[in-house]
Amino acid sequence: MAAEAVFRQEFPVKGGDFAKAGTVACQIKDLLKELGIDPQTVRRAAIASYEAEMNVIMYAYEGRMKLAVKPGEVRITVDDKGPGIPDVGLAMTEGYSTATAEMRELGFGAGMGLPNIKKNADRFHIDSRVGRGTRLEITIHTNGHKP
Amino acid sequence: MITLKDVLTRLDGELLTPGLPLDLECPRIFASDLMSDVLTSAEPGSLLLTGLANVHVVCTCSVADLTAVVFVQGKRPGADVISQARAKNLPLIATRLPMFQACSEMAVLLGEKGLGR
Repeated sequence: MAAEAVFRQEFPVKGGDFAKAGTVACQIKDLLKELGIDPQTVRRAAIASYEAEMNVIMYAYEGRMKLAVKPGEVRITVDDKGPGIPDVGLAMTEGYSTATAEMRELGFGAGMGLPNIKKNADRFHIDSRVGRGTRLEITIHTNGHKP
Repeated sequence: MITLKDVLTRLDGELLTPGLPLDLECPRIFASDLMSDVLTSAEPGSLLLTGLANVHVVCTCSVADLTAVVFVQGKRPGADVISQARAKNLPLIATRLPMFQACSEMAVLLGEKGLGR
């Protein structure tokens, strides 16, 4: 039987709200540190969260990020309402981007977001429906050694 | 090992966050204007040299465990960025040197410390 989550928290993310970008990722990082999660896992979770949060802000209308922590595992689930991704395989390709010039001026939109989330995760699942939205499931094992 | 104080002196920089420690060690240096690159490739503990001066720089460095930021080519972040950096204990330095020259100076500094490649 899977272990029950010992900590759960949800965070709303508003599409287009660049001024607050990173707020949720920083909250998740602080919470994981307070929970005594090892620094490498905290960093991986924070980076994956930040990339996912930026994707919601850049491309979706709104989204929710859910953090669940249980022994040996940190899970971050992201659900957004937005245009969805027509070709997930293409979106997972490093360097492929549909970012606007404004997004790039802010230092983002280089087409590394989804690949970087996958890189920092031990398990990664993406499900996107055009015209509806995208769901990401990011799982990171604590004390893992994945770079 | 080079410290933030060494960097400040070498780049003729201005410390934008007085009071934050300058004895921090900078074992690695990463230069980019793309925060996507920082999130992908910068190692924890790195010093970031960048020409981007918005609030996302501070957030990115905090998330990715970077040590400090040098804004090159006379770029200066706004008061809100400096305030956020203070809150996250992230020292900020501004230098008038362009990116290439700043990176060159850092390479020389690393060499002087026996840390060059």
